[in-house]
Amino acid sequence: MEVLRSEHLRRGKNRSVNATPTPTPTLELREVAKNFGSVEALKGVDFEVRDGEVMALVGDNGAGKSTLIKCVAGIYSIDDGQIFFEGEPVTIHGPKDAARLGIEVVYQDLALCDNLDVVQNMYLGRETHDPLFRLREAPMEQRTAETLKSLSVTTIRSVRQAVATLSGGQRQSVAVARAVLWNNKIVFLDEPTAALGVAQTRQVLDLVKRLAEQGLAVVLVSHNLVDVFEVADRITVLRLGRNVGVYEKDKTNEREIVEAITFGAPAPEETEVKA
Amino acid sequence: MSSAAPAEIQAAAEDQDSIVAILRARWVAIRSGDVGSLPVIIGIIAIALYFNSKTSIFFSAVNFQNLIQQMAGVTVIAIGVVFVLLIGEIDLSIGYVSGIAGVSVAYFQQAGTGHQYPGLVALALAIATGLVIGLIQGSVIAFIGVPSFVVTLAGLLVSQGLILQVLGTQGVIGIQDKQINDIANYVLTKNTGWIVAIILTVALAGAAFGSYFSRLRAGLPTGNVILTIVRVAFFGGLAFAAVYICNQAKPRPGVPLVGLIFVFLVVLGGYVASRTTFGRHVYAVGGNAEAARRAGINVKLIRIIVFMISGAMAAMGGVILASRLNGIDLTAGGGTILLDSISAAVIGGVSLFGGRGRVSGALFGGLIIGMIANGIDLVGYSDAIKLITTGLILLAAVTLDTVLRRRQAAAGR
Ligand SMILES: Nc1ncnc2c1ncn2[C@@H]1O[C@H](COP(=O)(O)OP(=O)(O)O)[C@@H](O)[C@H]1O
Ligand SMILES: [Mg+2]
Repeated sequence: MEVLRSEHLRRGKNRSVNATPTPTPTLELREVAKNFGSVEALKGVDFEVRDGEVMALVGDNGAGKSTLIKCVAGIYSIDDGQIFFEGEPVTIHGPKDAARLGIEVVYQDLALCDNLDVVQNMYLGRETHDPLFRLREAPMEQRTAETLKSLSVTTIRSVRQAVATLSGGQRQSVAVARAVLWNNKIVFLDEPTAALGVAQTRQVLDLVKRLAEQGLAVVLVSHNLVDVFEVADRITVLRLGRNVGVYEKDKTNEREIVEAITFGAPAPEETEVKA
Repeated sequence: MSSAAPAEIQAAAEDQDSIVAILRARWVAIRSGDVGSLPVIIGIIAIALYFNSKTSIFFSAVNFQNLIQQMAGVTVIAIGVVFVLLIGEIDLSIGYVSGIAGVSVAYFQQAGTGHQYPGLVALALAIATGLVIGLIQGSVIAFIGVPSFVVTLAGLLVSQGLILQVLGTQGVIGIQDKQINDIANYVLTKNTGWIVAIILTVALAGAAFGSYFSRLRAGLPTGNVILTIVRVAFFGGLAFAAVYICNQAKPRPGVPLVGLIFVFLVVLGGYVASRTTFGRHVYAVGGNAEAARRAGINVKLIRIIVFMISGAMAAMGGVILASRLNGIDLTAGGGTILLDSISAAVIGGVSLFGGRGRVSGALFGGLIIGMIANGIDLVGYSDAIKLITTGLILLAAVTLDTVLRRRQAAAGR
């Protein structure tokens, strides 16, 4: 599991050159259901994402996007259905399980500790230590700096700066970089640009593209269809906790997606709508 | 992982490490609200100068020795408070838990009873009592989610009740055991004091240069080497000065053992908080518990362990206080112990809002509280003045913390 990141990058680059999608999805959800008491947040939802692609996940408020992510991240356990990782069925019981599979989530409500610095946040919960649990700061700092550099995050002056002193875009970059640092296979980004200005949104979208170029499977949740159409390869639409359909970016347009989000239009492909 | 960093990074690192650049960065940090231990150090100097102007005894060797013995109990209890505040909780039971530990240590050494044990065993039993109380309180807080304020308030009442229950018939237990009485009263020989100062300085230098060279090897910015040397020399010098002064005291020259104990515990606590994964997780839980949970940190376990640390430190402090008085009575754990200990941590720069502060704050805060109590006694002011002064300084510390926190948050956007 502990492959050096640089190897991973090389592997990733090769993969993006011959950009044929992998035959099995990296992550696949089948008929997943999740209830909160009487609220059915997810009802028989199918979802997939492959290496090297950006899959957008869109839907109105309350469609179940965040819930889907939290199920995959091990924050919630699913009530029904199955999750497959690289074709194998898996169970995800907690954040550690998700991390072990190489699933990283960048949350809408940024899961960073303001009082800790960039390095400390990047390694949170997975600190490098010796057998006596003493922290090994030097390698952590080194790899943090390398990772930020590989993602062209250049605006952060010192990796020993507390996250509280960073701008919104920089904080988002740290959260995204954490995903790369851990040599992950799949990165979920829940509305990463919602709170950002124009320039910072630009920064983060570029980062999203770079993640997919490095061979990761990227899932982007966003309300902003302009952003979605800029970076996504495919678009999954959810409505009221159900699938509406999966659309290829090149074969659809914003109007069709807006209709799917608001009215649940039938999908152009084989996906059926349960009315 | 080659150690050869590209030339431009190394150049930038050297740039970053010049004294001017470091001072400038420090100034920027201060202006954005990260003042470090500056207010505490200013406070210590101001208080010392004030009492020195009122009485010449304040700066005498024997009073320095006295101050060390007076501040020990509260300082040790405050170490536990630092951990609790770091995770954003509060422990109101520490006063009477320290009282229970005092009662335990006295009880388990009581001569001519079925429960007389050697001093160190009695000490271990007292600490174990604190650990168990912390385990119970921490579990209720972590698993059931009852606010720590209420759980430890209940703990305070229960502990006070237990003290009354145990001491009810006799009202007092004397401590005859030499080991226990030595904890707060033994004075090291002059030469032992010097050896301790040497060991401390060497350890300090080892830690400072160890991290300097590991960063150098990794090609990371190392900080300015001259400043590192100055820092080691300063704190080493402080240790030697303290030993020198204590060795001048009459009639019993030498460093009080209890001073060594609290310095050791502060260093140990500081090490755990800043150099281990556990300490890192403590800060994370206090900064953003939900983020910590999502990062896979066992937040409940961290909370429980922290309350156990608090219980153990309160117990150690209680033993020190009992040892100093050679016994225990119905007032054990009462008075201003609770508020002094929490004040010490807060005055030492530990935020009440969680996640900010250092264990050394307990030492600085304990010193300030101790100096006020000691100085006011010497000058002959009333207890009323002591309480009012301590209260106002606490208010100033909390106000400063609140203002700085707001300023730091503002500097981020
Ligand atoms: N922890 C929770 N408890 C109860 N209901 C929830 C919880 N989380 C989400 N929901 C409900 O589930 C539905 C989907 O929410 P969510 O996944 O946050 O939607 P989205 O992210 O697409 O806006 C909503 O009706 C929401 O109210
Ligand atoms: Mg959401």
